[in-house]
Amino acid sequence: MTVVEMRGVTKRFGSLVANDHIDLDIAPQEIHALLGENGAGKSTLMKILYGFYQPDEGEILVEGKSVTLKSPVDAIRAGIGLVSQHFSLVPSFSVAENIVLGFENAQILNRDKLNQTVADTARRYGFSIEPNAIVRDLSVGQQQRVEILKALYRQCRVLILDEPTAVLTPRDATALFDTLRQLQQQNLSVIIITHKLEEVMAISQRVTVLRLGKVAGREVTAQTNPQALARLMVGRNVLEVTRNTEHKAGESVALAVNNLSVSDKRGVPALRNVSFDVHAGEVVGIAGIAGNGQSELVAVLGGLIKPNSGEVGVSGKPVELGDPRSFNQMKVARIPEDRLKGVVGDLSVAENLALEQIGDFTRAGHLNHKQIRQMAQLLIADFQIKAEPNDRVRTLSGGNIQKVILARTLSRQPAVVIAAQPTRGLDIGATEYVHQKLLEQKTRGAGVLLVSEDLDETRLLSDRILVIYAGSIVGEFSADQIDIDQISLLMAGSKIAAD
Amino acid sequence: MLGFKLERGSAPFWLRGLIPILAIVLTFLLVSIIIIFAGANPLDAVYQLLINPLTKTTARWDIVVMATPLLLTGVAVAFAFASGYYNIGAEGQLYAGAIAGAWLGPQLQGQPPVVAIVIMLIGGFIAGALWALPPALLKVQLGVDEVVTTLLLNSVMLFIVSALLNGPWRDPVTGWPQSQTIADSAQFPILVPRSRIHLGIIVAVMAVIALWWIFQRTRFGLELRAAGMGKDAARFMGVRVNRVMLTAALISGGVAGLAGVSEIAGIHHHLVEAISPGYGYTGIIIATLGGLTAPGVGLAGLFIALIERGSLSANRELNVPVYLGDVIQAVLLITTLALLLLNRYRFRRVR
Repeated sequence: MTVVEMRGVTKRFGSLVANDHIDLDIAPQEIHALLGENGAGKSTLMKILYGFYQPDEGEILVEGKSVTLKSPVDAIRAGIGLVSQHFSLVPSFSVAENIVLGFENAQILNRDKLNQTVADTARRYGFSIEPNAIVRDLSVGQQQRVEILKALYRQCRVLILDEPTAVLTPRDATALFDTLRQLQQQNLSVIIITHKLEEVMAISQRVTVLRLGKVAGREVTAQTNPQALARLMVGRNVLEVTRNTEHKAGESVALAVNNLSVSDKRGVPALRNVSFDVHAGEVVGIAGIAGNGQSELVAVLGGLIKPNSGEVGVSGKPVELGDPRSFNQMKVARIPEDRLKGVVGDLSVAENLALEQIGDFTRAGHLNHKQIRQMAQLLIADFQIKAEPNDRVRTLSGGNIQKVILARTLSRQPAVVIAAQPTRGLDIGATEYVHQKLLEQKTRGAGVLLVSEDLDETRLLSDRILVIYAGSIVGEFSADQIDIDQISLLMAGSKIAAD
Repeated sequence: MLGFKLERGSAPFWLRGLIPILAIVLTFLLVSIIIIFAGANPLDAVYQLLINPLTKTTARWDIVVMATPLLLTGVAVAFAFASGYYNIGAEGQLYAGAIAGAWLGPQLQGQPPVVAIVIMLIGGFIAGALWALPPALLKVQLGVDEVVTTLLLNSVMLFIVSALLNGPWRDPVTGWPQSQTIADSAQFPILVPRSRIHLGIIVAVMAVIALWWIFQRTRFGLELRAAGMGKDAARFMGVRVNRVMLTAALISGGVAGLAGVSEIAGIHHHLVEAISPGYGYTGIIIATLGGLTAPGVGLAGLFIALIERGSLSANRELNVPVYLGDVIQAVLLITTLALLLLNRYRFRRVR
């Protein structure tokens, strides 16, 4: 008998298949881990189970009965609770008010009775929480408890936690796991979404691994190990990769990154003292699971954010950090993580090609449209962009938008290329095209930094691989000594590989 | 099951041009309900609103006179909106220009008209830009929402005008709340004999042309549009977004200030409280309806002026309230904004 079962659940967003015929079953009193990289489809699957999305195919069974969950209200009624990464609490309300908000139907609230019921629920599940406390004054860990209590108050039997430790300190995380074990004793089932192997090993009884929207494996936690899970999660290329090894990297340093540290808005460090060099004629790949500091690294190297500390040098000269123009002047070709933030969709192809170097096309404040159009026609032909100079970039396919960005940046003989997720969402043809262009730049003598979540791609192109985890570089491998198991484990933060 | 599904994605190109026309049709359908309640035949009303004014010479002249401030505020708003700076304060900036005109005007006695008029225009532009400066600075330095600040400054400006007219500038002879009449040489010449069409319409047309020129021909215009269409991408490509936005906000205020000067020097010849029945707000409708482009603003400005004039005809002939014009403009803004959302969606057949 399962508490919840999902059978053949498929969800498409346009041409993207986020969930592809996924089967998942949750036993009573089970803590079930849903493991996978960002974008593997974990959150989508859980949003379907919580009624946020409707599946295109497949069915959901709660205690053996097929149900249709049209909204979270239906899911709550079916006994499903969700604690998302971003809490939905009203900061100025008390704990008790937050817990009953949207659930009590009474028009007049009896505050004492309310506090009493909330306190009773808390005691039943072994929570120590003050119903009168104002949520704003609570720590993040305590707020998470309020969220869990909210789901329990609504009598959920299956509790979904979306990356619950992402916002917690290690101590709070331990406390959370204790709580989850207690809930398990109280006859609850828990689904925990995570990409951290240690958590899976520490808390779950069973684990379902998702990769690229499909189930990559189902394991009983006690009968598996982190290595096997890492391999399932990250995946590995069956084909042996053939790469150009004759080319030797130059001696001179093209890009020097020194002691970069960046904190996010809440003051949590995203990059911790990151230092590395990229030599001329070398591709250095940054391997890591999304959310370990890659975005921040790319944002610094794109001139979009100013780090808390650290320097960046290009060809031996310091760059003005936080100023995209300085990177332009130093001949840093930047391929942005989100290609739609690298082009203005409502401007034409020609305008997008010109804008980064607009000074070259300006005389006395006026644009030389003829020169812009000629340059655009030349680049369109050179980079095989399927578009006319006057087409709006918004109307192009992802591959062609990426080609516009490549044409704009790579046609200028850059000294350094920063390629962030350069093939994300592209088809095979466009992917190969991008790979070829990056290798061309390397052969030409540019230093190429490749930041990609696709480990196969990183292996294919890189002369050197750096592994990033929790904002630090935790490992370095040269192309001839790549150990994929070792890299996978480091990416997932396992200390087992650290020997 | 065969049906249609609305999904995210950019709308086909042909739809973009169609949106203002759809908006106008939809507006008249909606307004017909009100016209019926007002006791008139909607078809007659449409005739009075849109066709009748075009059949008479004097009415056509009126349209040009009414279009003068509307084109200027439309250009002003389009400038700011296109850069991603939502200036709702053209009304206040218009009055700032009017104050400058009313202050400079009487002092220009004896100057040759060319000098006097140029000084009036420059003064009005600077005054409008100055009034636009504080919210623009707050926006680029501190990220304060300009919609709120520019909107609220409109009321502040109306109180300043009221204070001036009931205080130091009150006409000492008649006691009316109106300022001293400006010098003859500072008054805009009448362009068509026996009409009220004045130099302001030339200024307005030049503003529309300048808008086109800057947007299409200059580096600044390209950077301005890039900043408005995709702030992050523009910054990524090296556009100094804040600087561009600040400049656009000041030009916007300046052009709105020109509208104020134009009303003072071309129509009233002194400052009164009621020089603008909301031209600054109508400018928002015109800029939006015109798709933030120069030809669009030109057409929309003339169209709104036609409706304004038409509502007078409809009032006279059909006895519907003259406020019908305002209702149409308001509904037109709502329908245009609603239909602009279609730009972000496309229909797809599903089976």
